[in-house]
Amino acid sequence: MDYAPLASIFCAAFAVAFGAIGPALAEGRAVAAAMDAIARQPEAANTISRTLFVGLAMIETTAIYCLVIALLLLFANPLLA
Amino acid sequence: MNSPLESVVLFQLGPVSITQAVVTTWAIMLVLVLGALLLTRRLELRPTRRQAMLELVVAALDTQIIETTGAEPAPYRGFIGTLFLFILAANWSSLVPGLEPPTAQLETDAALAILVFLSVIWFGVRGGGVVGYLKSFAAPNPVMIPLNMLQSLTRVFSMFVRLFGNVMSGVFVIGIVASLTGFLVPIPLMALDLLTGLVQAYIFAVLAMVFISATVKDGRPEETDAKLPHSSKKKEF
Repeated sequence: MDYAPLASIFCAAFAVAFGAIGPALAEGRAVAAAMDAIARQPEAANTISRTLFVGLAMIETTAIYCLVIALLLLFANPLLA
Repeated sequence: MNSPLESVVLFQLGPVSITQAVVTTWAIMLVLVLGALLLTRRLELRPTRRQAMLELVVAALDTQIIETTGAEPAPYRGFIGTLFLFILAANWSSLVPGLEPPTAQLETDAALAILVFLSVIWFGVRGGGVVGYLKSFAAPNPVMIPLNMLQSLTRVFSMFVRLFGNVMSGVFVIGIVASLTGFLVPIPLMALDLLTGLVQAYIFAVLAMVFISATVKDGRPEETDAKLPHSSKKKEF
């Protein structure tokens, strides 16, 4: 039996699942800190939310990398060719 | 299901195969260029409604450039603004039924990232000369040279994977949900996609601006740095 497809599918699922945990925690912390900052200083809300969005996209990139790896495993796997 | 890493070839133009993303890209370019030409055809000192709207867009771009980097916006406005507007139009082109955003294809994003890479060199050389640009690799000290060279490649790579991943995952998820459920269910996801598209276009433009201005600032001679005390506190990404 050929284990490569099976292993690829499992690894793709694991990559997305575990790759989502870290960014989720990090984004939660970032949003919480931004909320705190806005509550303390509502007049700085514009700057804070702009920086927050940029930072969130940065954090999200790590999850996106995992997604890209998962898609590579599923659709462009060199071992299955 | 089709692989998101492959692209649909529409027709062959000699040896070159034209994909759907290329056609959409050219359509967006045409719309942007023609729109810009038509909208700026008659500019007056007392702005009409149309011109006031345009000025609002340009002023917003300038404000963002100043606020994110502290740089003078005039040399960068054209490149950064076009980058932003093009990516925004490309991301939102999925609103037209049957179209897939060209940024959901790897090649378009890679091309945009290469543009940013080249423009960093171009603006760096223009700001501080060739020596200044090369010196920017040795900032803050020469130990960082290999890391800085590596970084100039990896940050471009991460930019393009970020844009590709975000837009493609949106399209992909909508495809999956639409194939599983039905017809109106993916609409909230599409609304979320609009937000993602806007944010990603903004991030791409901001990051390009940050990279460019960081290179220009590092390559500049010391005495001009002293005149801009606030620029050293700039955010690093």
